[in-house]
Amino acid sequence: MKAFVGMPAFPEAAETAVADAQLRHNLRKATHTIRAKRAAVVEEQPDWAALRSAGAAIKDRTLRHLDVYLERLEAAVVAAGGTVHWAADAEEANRIVVGLVKATGETEVVKVKSMATQEIDLNSALESAGIRAYETDLAELIVQLGDDWPSHILVPAIHRNRSEIREIFLEHMAEWGRPAPAGLKDDPRALAEAARLHLRERFLSARVGISGANFAVADTGTLVVLESEGNGRMCLTLPETLISVVGIEKIVPSWQDLEVFLQLLPRSSTGERMNPYTSMWTGATEGQTFHLVLLDNGRTSVLADEAGRQALRCIRCSACLNVCPVYERAGGHAYGSVYPGPIGAILTPQLHGMTGPLEESLPYASTLCGACYEVCPVAIDIPEVLLDLRSKVVTHGHHGQRLAMGAARRVLDSPRWLSVAQRSAGRFRRWTPRRLPGPLSAWSDTRDVPRPPKESFRQWWANR
Amino acid sequence: MRVALFITCVNDTLFPGTGKAVVSLLERLGCTVDFPMEQSCCGQMHFNTGYRADAEPLARRFVSTFGGYEAVVVPSGSCAAMVREWYPSLGITPPGGVFELTEFIVDVLGVTDVGAYFPHTVTYHPTCHSLRSLKVGSRPLDLLSQVRGLTLVPLGGAEECCGFGGTFSLKNPAVSAAMCSDKVRSVLDTGAEVLCAADNSCLMHVGGALSRQRTGVRVMHLAEILAATEAERIDDHSTLVTPPTKEDS
Repeated sequence: MKAFVGMPAFPEAAETAVADAQLRHNLRKATHTIRAKRAAVVEEQPDWAALRSAGAAIKDRTLRHLDVYLERLEAAVVAAGGTVHWAADAEEANRIVVGLVKATGETEVVKVKSMATQEIDLNSALESAGIRAYETDLAELIVQLGDDWPSHILVPAIHRNRSEIREIFLEHMAEWGRPAPAGLKDDPRALAEAARLHLRERFLSARVGISGANFAVADTGTLVVLESEGNGRMCLTLPETLISVVGIEKIVPSWQDLEVFLQLLPRSSTGERMNPYTSMWTGATEGQTFHLVLLDNGRTSVLADEAGRQALRCIRCSACLNVCPVYERAGGHAYGSVYPGPIGAILTPQLHGMTGPLEESLPYASTLCGACYEVCPVAIDIPEVLLDLRSKVVTHGHHGQRLAMGAARRVLDSPRWLSVAQRSAGRFRRWTPRRLPGPLSAWSDTRDVPRPPKESFRQWWANR
Repeated sequence: MRVALFITCVNDTLFPGTGKAVVSLLERLGCTVDFPMEQSCCGQMHFNTGYRADAEPLARRFVSTFGGYEAVVVPSGSCAAMVREWYPSLGITPPGGVFELTEFIVDVLGVTDVGAYFPHTVTYHPTCHSLRSLKVGSRPLDLLSQVRGLTLVPLGGAEECCGFGGTFSLKNPAVSAAMCSDKVRSVLDTGAEVLCAADNSCLMHVGGALSRQRTGVRVMHLAEILAATEAERIDDHSTLVTPPTKEDS
């Protein structure tokens, strides 16, 4: 898996994506399908608004007392026979996991689809240590075989259509184990069957499994994974050693709290009333070993930010991606991180810090249309966080924009100067250029320029 | 009823026809319209781009200009949303009676039939801030459906953003143009003569593309349609650069 390093800023990456007709078609079709499914199952739920408020409130309460719940979780996991590790950043988490795998003497691991391990690029760390990680989620498998990047939180291969998937299977499956059957067709059943046969071998031989978790229940130390395929359950149950890397914000205090999210998540993510597989485990089963790696990796600094901390409520459902008109055109790779779309635009700059052009461009990768906030099952006001991040971006550099904005403010803050500007625009209206200069040419490249009127409204009013 | 008109800087400077239509409409509905000359801009462009320190004096100007009025009417969903939704985050309390135009007509005046006549096929784009920030709901459509002679055709994917987003259109031109193209296609699919909205900045964006592509579809602010009567025909609102006409020479 290639890591997201040295990515260009969002506008440049998006420009390339927008020009890719196949990608545009794949994304439009997929996002509109999931969007409609979600809308239907949310519509039918009479207490959706109450569930949504409850989800937000539970997350906020948990985050407010995160120290308490984390220690409660640790105690419960240990009491149930598990081992808990604390990782301050990606490097520490990778070091811990590599060490745990090496201690088993194994050189292969099977993986449950997990955002946390993508975030820390665990697969590369394992590879450097001579350990091969096999992705077992169908979409993650497609991404891994294609030496590609995930472009969606829920559907990492959303940018691929079935004929592309067929080609990837035929070309690369053999490098990772059982090859794709000759004469493989591109119908979904045949593709799924090829993946099933390919993965089955892996499940039966693997002795170490690696997962993330959707939720961690503090009261009992129970971890929860929601999935559709059952491949995750194979990885969670068959191997002797299970290592779960879990962000510290995944905690919920009790099972009563969990109930709320088990309703919110499937409807928001896959547009199903209930997901096919929900696996829950508490500590270690006899004869097996369980390690929980609790990951910070920037989360406590997000928690310290008053406006930004609501991003930690996120349950990774991807409803915001599926309704986002910008994501639909730009695709996931343009966001330069494993967290694409609106949530990525507020999460990546906060987790990484405003460390480069990509991070500084992400808060502007939105028209502030508000569709993401509307569908978010835990009511993250994404536009609010975007606006807050923008106010942080402009505190340094961006000199041209700073000058233009300052000049605009001085004119607008003086009705007299505004009037002067309007009169001169009216006087020279005949020479309104068809193509605008400098950064404004971005407007006139595809749109005609409004011609200033002979007299402004305020002039007309004064002469009325 | 006495009302203050906040015309917005975009309408004042580029689309005075909208302002004239609002005045004519409100007067026809029995209001006395004030236009305080000290007004300028709500500060949205600065605020949305991150320049809060520049937005603040503009917001304060708005409050000092309009603070004394019982009702302030704004013919722009996004500017009304800026005042009501975002002024508090600048530490500024917005005046109480700030209404987007359709809210004012439907909720305050209690009218949906404004006596308009507009014998054309029209499609309506709800605009994001009217739809999701102000939640004006069906008010604009309730008003349009009472206009005599008007055929209202539904816009496919109406709730999708047009791609303007203020400085977004300059900072992310490729995505903005792609979103605009899809909106243009939806508009053309309706077969409408006129694309109507209650926000001229969105219309400037989609209208700019409709004009560039020589589609022959024009854009009109809702106020201009509501102001049109059988007695009084409203001139073409379009101020977009198109090939020179006689009027220009």
